[in-house]
Amino acid sequence: MLVPLSWLKEYVHIDVSTEELCDRMTMTGSNVETVIRVGEDIEGVVVGKILTIEKHPNADRLVICKVDIGDRIIQVVTGAPNISNGDLVPVALDGAHLPGDVLIKKGKLRGVVSEGMLCSGEELDLTDQDYQGAEVDGILILREEYPLGIDIREALLLNDEIIEFEITPNRPDCLSIIGIAREAATTIGSSLSPPNIELSPCTGNIYSEAKVVVKDKELCPRYCARVVNNIRIGESPLWMKRRLINSGIRPINNIVDITNYVMLEMGQPMHAFDLDKVEDRTIVVRRAKAGETLVTLDDVDRELKPNMLVIADANRPIGLAGIMGGANTEITEDTNCIILESAKFDGPSVRFTSKELGLRSEASTRFEKGIDINLPREAIDRAAQLIQELGVGNVVDGVIDILNSDIEPYELEVRWMDINNLLGLELTPNDMVEILKSLNFGVRHRDDILDIVVPTYRQDISGMEDIAEEIARIYGYDNIPKTLMDGTVSRGRKTERQKKIDYVRDILIGSGLYEIITYSFISPKAYDMLGKEMPEVVTILNPLGEDQSIMRTTLMSSMLEVLARNKSRKVESCSLFEIGKIFIPKSLPLKELPEERQVLSIGIYGNDMDFYNLKGVVELMLHELGLFEKTKFVPVTTDPTFHPGRTAAMKIEHMEVGILGEVHPKIRENYGFNIPILLAEIDLDAMLDLSNTQKYYRGLPKFPAVERDLAIVVKKDVLAAEIYDIIKESGGDMLETVELFDIYEGDQIPEGYKSMAYSLSYRAPDRTLQDKEVDIIHERIINTLEKKVEAKLR
Amino acid sequence: MPSSQSCFWTKVFLLYEEKSYGRKEIGMRHNLEKIRDEAIENISKVKDLEHLERLRLKYLGKKGELTRILRGMGDLPAEERPIMGRLANEVRTLIQVQLDKRRKELEEKLLEYRLREETIDVTVPGKKIERGNLHPLTSVCNEIAAIFIGMGFEVVEGPDVELEYYNFEALNIPESHPSRDVQDTFYITDEILLRTHTSPVQVRTMEEKDPPIKIIVPGRVYRSDDVDATHSPIFHQIEGLVVDENITMADLKGVLDVFVKELFGERTQTKFRPHYFPFTEPSMEVDATCVTCGGKGCRVCSDTGWIEILGAGMVHPNVLKYGGIDPDRYSGFAFGLGLDRIANLKYGIDDIRLLYENDIRFLRQF
Repeated sequence: MLVPLSWLKEYVHIDVSTEELCDRMTMTGSNVETVIRVGEDIEGVVVGKILTIEKHPNADRLVICKVDIGDRIIQVVTGAPNISNGDLVPVALDGAHLPGDVLIKKGKLRGVVSEGMLCSGEELDLTDQDYQGAEVDGILILREEYPLGIDIREALLLNDEIIEFEITPNRPDCLSIIGIAREAATTIGSSLSPPNIELSPCTGNIYSEAKVVVKDKELCPRYCARVVNNIRIGESPLWMKRRLINSGIRPINNIVDITNYVMLEMGQPMHAFDLDKVEDRTIVVRRAKAGETLVTLDDVDRELKPNMLVIADANRPIGLAGIMGGANTEITEDTNCIILESAKFDGPSVRFTSKELGLRSEASTRFEKGIDINLPREAIDRAAQLIQELGVGNVVDGVIDILNSDIEPYELEVRWMDINNLLGLELTPNDMVEILKSLNFGVRHRDDILDIVVPTYRQDISGMEDIAEEIARIYGYDNIPKTLMDGTVSRGRKTERQKKIDYVRDILIGSGLYEIITYSFISPKAYDMLGKEMPEVVTILNPLGEDQSIMRTTLMSSMLEVLARNKSRKVESCSLFEIGKIFIPKSLPLKELPEERQVLSIGIYGNDMDFYNLKGVVELMLHELGLFEKTKFVPVTTDPTFHPGRTAAMKIEHMEVGILGEVHPKIRENYGFNIPILLAEIDLDAMLDLSNTQKYYRGLPKFPAVERDLAIVVKKDVLAAEIYDIIKESGGDMLETVELFDIYEGDQIPEGYKSMAYSLSYRAPDRTLQDKEVDIIHERIINTLEKKVEAKLR
Repeated sequence: MPSSQSCFWTKVFLLYEEKSYGRKEIGMRHNLEKIRDEAIENISKVKDLEHLERLRLKYLGKKGELTRILRGMGDLPAEERPIMGRLANEVRTLIQVQLDKRRKELEEKLLEYRLREETIDVTVPGKKIERGNLHPLTSVCNEIAAIFIGMGFEVVEGPDVELEYYNFEALNIPESHPSRDVQDTFYITDEILLRTHTSPVQVRTMEEKDPPIKIIVPGRVYRSDDVDATHSPIFHQIEGLVVDENITMADLKGVLDVFVKELFGERTQTKFRPHYFPFTEPSMEVDATCVTCGGKGCRVCSDTGWIEILGAGMVHPNVLKYGGIDPDRYSGFAFGLGLDRIANLKYGIDDIRLLYENDIRFLRQF
């Protein structure tokens, strides 16, 4: 809401600086966003009268003017052809500043002294909007009489400050100069002087001029209409145009300007119909009929729906109630007779229609939030008054005022101690009464109760908490103390699950991985890119775009996209992880909330990293989570995203909780890669359910271990995990550790075979193992390996 | 050289003057003195340990010169033998002392030399150890959570895909409420949406738990905003909720003031401005003195010296009722802050898109 300070000052006495006003208004709830200083960049330009124009002796195109600037007469040289004797013009004097950091200095033009410069509209950064004629080629000629020598900013009403307030949706009453004035008066403890609405005597009778029928009483609680004859459409006076412009509204013509002016001043949107174009001179407020259309003032042909409230004449819609008028009854230069509308329309209905049609206006914004039921009548009289004052037309006597609602103010009672208890204050009932009275509430104090009458423009007030806020904001939020609540001791904590996730993050960053965070919605095409069928997904009805339209069921595509982005930016290597939610619909169409699971993804490229680097990170994590011993890795050959020979499923206690591997060469191409990408996705929720981070101490060994190496040759397709299991099982309790330290294929190993070398460590907890004992176990391991996987000792 | 040595030699010379000696004795004494002088001289000149060892063998070794002389002792008269024996021993000791001393000196020199040789350029960078990083949003979230945990808050979470009921209705935002427009919402069905704030967890928690309630709720939220430097359709919030008997607005101010000082520093000031939210009454926005300029005014705070960091207020009685809590007995406060904004302020990030692009050169900076 843009509020020109000069306008505000008309209704409230302000004796503090603009800065202080803004600070204090902010602290009582009218947040000031900015202050715009109009005409700030014009300085030293005054109104002068051209007395004489003479030819320049040394230049054909220049003339020498004598200009009266009030206290003296100066000589100015100019090249402009459009001036004549007696013209009033803006004169930039020696030392003047013009917009665009232009400095004017006294000087000589072709040998003749010029004590200043006559200004064009453009040089003052003015348009026809600001002043009719400002855009002509040449000097700006002022049409009105002004005292000579007055500052041009004063003459053209450019010396103003505009305060921009942020108005919260609960305070539509503040979407007006008077509303802000009321707040300002309370805030700085000043007096309010709203305009005195009085009409000169009128003639005629409205009932013989027009008729209004409100068919939908629910959606139109009040409808006021006035008729004005003998309209003289024209330009509004400068002061009114200036105020409209400074409030962000374009002047159009005197009638439209007056309706807008009243809307800005009082907060009541109004509309003027050309009454001669209203069929049967009858206004009907009703819902649209199926198939009806309306071309609105913005020249868009709109299809109406039966639940939309329209203003119609005897036959057709002529306006969208509370939103925008129709082109068919628009005010034009030929308009002779108008009917003014000042109404209250149901907020939700206006909101619905406006949303449905994608059409918002200054009017709809105000109606949506709710209009004071008493306002339409006041406002229509104010408009009539302005019409009379500006001599725009003859106001016909009488108002059609159809009221379908209660206009009694809302009353409530609150216990004043409740307010203190909520705010943490110790105000007396008197303090409260005083504050509420300053806000125009009616208040009476009896015992522990305050009886309160709420002004009708305060539709946001309903309970004790609202009254408490009024008191708090005027008393000053800053004056409320800062305390820490007393009461029971509470345990501040994260859940076990949250702590474990923090732990997983720690492990992963300790392994050299960087955490990423990506969007939860992805493109349906993501599955194509991964080489997979799209599963059942949660779909967004109104996505920003197709590529952000479904809730992800995998983190893989986001991870690959991030890797690809880094690669395309010439980053040579990346090791990343993400912990995020995936969304699994339980049924489609969605009847209940989908399952949300926390998933971990890891993505790596570059630095010669291979599958085993990735697996190393995963194993470290499993180890820390107490899951290493329980986890098995099983080859996966059929997942289309992954390399069929370099991928494993991760199984914990026979439950598959994740997959890790090298991305399939075809898939990685989709992401612009020609080097290996390593990718893992692990169901974090499932993994953490099985995890156990509790650690127990085991006594340090008291007896020495016996180390034995074991090198065997087996067929290539025998898995390390198989051999490990055999060794472990046949090794028994004395076999403490088994470590694979070499795999070898090539010279001295037959084709299709590989050599695997293990280091085994045996130990007994209670004695030093004898070589003989170890020999027996070692032998048993070798025999079993021979039997089960045809291993040969090397 | 210790003084006892010089004393000893004085005695020997005295002996020499008092008595007269035979030729043999004089010859042996002479030889001993010669060996002594020569040994001392050679030892002092030797430059390395290897030579020193050779000198030791030469003088004191089994086949050394001193041993050879001592073998000639048999030819001396019996009464001279102890004197000569003593003298020879003294010479041996002297040489040994000189050898040891020289050995030490040479060893010291050798060590010095080796250390000099081993000198490295300590200004060459150390060996790279790559450790990853948390995403800045996670770091800031952890930091904020720690502050509230310290004040006794529990950390709870809620679903991203949420019922319209919890996101709007239960928060006192009925269908026709204008503030539904303010938050442009992604819908899944008519009743299911992507939550536009973390506030739905307020009522969810109240339904599950009796007061006292003291929670914070970090989480991801969604609004259909087009992406630019300050907007993202996905961002993160932390919600806070306290419900108990006798909770006041003064408590809210106290808790938030502690929080802001913990997060941005002890000297940070807070400003509480009246504002409006449907689910709190009274409501407020909270400004902190600008992190960048300390309140003097700069580009980050648009020259105001203040930056808005929180929305807060006393829980609206209707919301308590939706949560099944008696508003006549209990009161509470709630607050919410934008994590992305806080992270950007804390790290001086000027474009929210950077947080979601995950360029590793960005991530490495935190």
